[in-house]
Amino acid sequence: MNAPQPMTLKKPPAANTVDRAAGGVNRARWLRNALPGISLVVLLATIFIMQPRAMSYMGMNLMLNLAVPIALATIAQMLIITVNDLDLSLGSFISFVACVAATLLNDHPLLGCLVLLGCIGVYALLGALIHSRRLPAIVVTLGMSFIWVGGAVLLLPAPGGSAPQWLQALVKIKTPVLPFAIVVCVVLAVAVHLFLMRSRFGVVLRGAGGNPLAMAKAGWSLLRIKVTLYALAGGFGVLSGLFLVGLTTSADANMALRYTLLSIAGVILGGGEFTGGRVSPIGAVLGALTLVLAGSLLSFIRISPDWQIGAQGAILILVLALRTAVNRLEVRPV
Amino acid sequence: MNLPIALNRIRSKPWLWSFLAALLVWLATLGFTGGEGAAALTSSALSFSAFFVIVGVGQMFVITTGPGNIDLSIPANIALSAAVGMKLMDSQNSLIALGLAGVLGIGVLVGCANYGLIRLLRIPPIIATLSASFLLQSMAIAYGRSVRIAPPELFYQFSTGRWLGIPYLALAVALFTVLAGYLLTRTRYGRWTLAIGQNMRAAELAGVRVERVRWATYVLSAVFASVCGVLLAGFSGGASLSMGEEYLLASIAVVVIGGTSVAGGFSNVPGLWGAALFLYLLVSMLNTFGASAGVRLILTGVIIIAVIAAVSGRKTLRSL
Repeated sequence: MNAPQPMTLKKPPAANTVDRAAGGVNRARWLRNALPGISLVVLLATIFIMQPRAMSYMGMNLMLNLAVPIALATIAQMLIITVNDLDLSLGSFISFVACVAATLLNDHPLLGCLVLLGCIGVYALLGALIHSRRLPAIVVTLGMSFIWVGGAVLLLPAPGGSAPQWLQALVKIKTPVLPFAIVVCVVLAVAVHLFLMRSRFGVVLRGAGGNPLAMAKAGWSLLRIKVTLYALAGGFGVLSGLFLVGLTTSADANMALRYTLLSIAGVILGGGEFTGGRVSPIGAVLGALTLVLAGSLLSFIRISPDWQIGAQGAILILVLALRTAVNRLEVRPV
Repeated sequence: MNLPIALNRIRSKPWLWSFLAALLVWLATLGFTGGEGAAALTSSALSFSAFFVIVGVGQMFVITTGPGNIDLSIPANIALSAAVGMKLMDSQNSLIALGLAGVLGIGVLVGCANYGLIRLLRIPPIIATLSASFLLQSMAIAYGRSVRIAPPELFYQFSTGRWLGIPYLALAVALFTVLAGYLLTRTRYGRWTLAIGQNMRAAELAGVRVERVRWATYVLSAVFASVCGVLLAGFSGGASLSMGEEYLLASIAVVVIGGTSVAGGFSNVPGLWGAALFLYLLVSMLNTFGASAGVRLILTGVIIIAVIAAVSGRKTLRSL
């Protein structure tokens, strides 16, 4: 039922050997999978036309630097959405990680590392709790968001702290040819794609979102699958927080709260769906980049930054409208 | 031998728990202060809970219509409505009616926009209300940037006034919840909403106008959020952009702690009051005990998770 969607942006081969209806389905599916990429390219092209100087190593670096934490957060959210759950605490979790990195990790590296590992453990426990008690993930993560913000406020009552030097150096690496941000995003997208879409275990993980009953009957432990996905999400959340604080060098308990909604929007923009384990790592990263660039575009066409959030909403609506149009093209196989 | 029956009766009234919890927290706070400030605490608890309850009722109707239905546009809607309401009223008593009409209009428009996105784009309500909230937030920022406008004197008096220590607002909202309860359990709209939440397909086959009910539900939720926004602006002496922020989490928390099933189809209105009082009293109890902001937040989170873990029975359908 839940066949892996071909995520390559190439045209499906041998379209002429199947009949016309199947050709239509393939074309629609190709279009739908290509949509995140196309929207990003259109957005980039608009920016380059408005401001040709953005098309440089420096320009890309400036525009995309803050995209990496958002892309990491989007991947974390995507892993939770894989099992049809939703994480409303992700933004506060990332803020908490940033606060830990700017205080504990800097002053007592060992303790800091232990706390961050503990965070991943908490995420694993959450997965277990949500599965075993059949709790609605929305409400549990809602409660968790209070806990993370509370922890962050305890660590850093006022904005401040300082990110470890090695972390600041790490996020400012200058890579040849392509800016570091792009390299990280590509590596991230490809690595998660290979793991989740191509590996045997990845298929099992997505299967738990597509048809949990079938996976359980086939002998897979749903508990283990959920714990794995939640722990992985926690891991990517930690990476996101570390990268963010490396860029900003100091932290604040509320610094990443908007990442919760941005990450959900990024996953959906990238072609993910809330049910059925239908997600796409490459799409999610592209979606995150699109949302970040939507903000940059406004400053290039000299619209007040008041409308930055609105532009992200408008792009979300536009892409979803396009996808609906594409879906209409498709002859739905029953 | 009567114990099992009594237990069953309690179990069929899930809202009792939230009132019990609120009462315990209230007693604990007063025990700590030695009974001092009981009236002031109760009165302010009623005021603040009233706001939670207004948005909670709207969110409850939305959540009732089934898994995946949730209104994320409430905070942005509150901020926008507060700004527009204050601007229309322009601190003049004679313009209160105009301001209220404008705010109601915004509510209806936002609700229609939310539903339109859900229906036309066939996207999950979470995403539809999320994208709408991005747009609303920008509008609120762009529109509400101007100087802070004070609410008209009469409106301010209504929002903050008290009768025998009971805020007018709490009285009005109590009446409003009675009406909402009637709407949910006695009218065709309410019964249809519950039916859709329990089984949308079956409801549709039974002749329920599913789409019309869903439209009405999203409009109701948006209108209540708008009303909450303008009242909040009156209460706090003007609109501010961040005033809606806590209401996203609060509106969901109030609904869930109040005993409404997150999976939809089973709702109750009285629990909203219990849960809202509980949440407010909890924070003030921790304040009284001298807990810092961080500890307060952590305990609030722990309690929300503990409550949901305790009330979620085996019968809950899988939701999102």
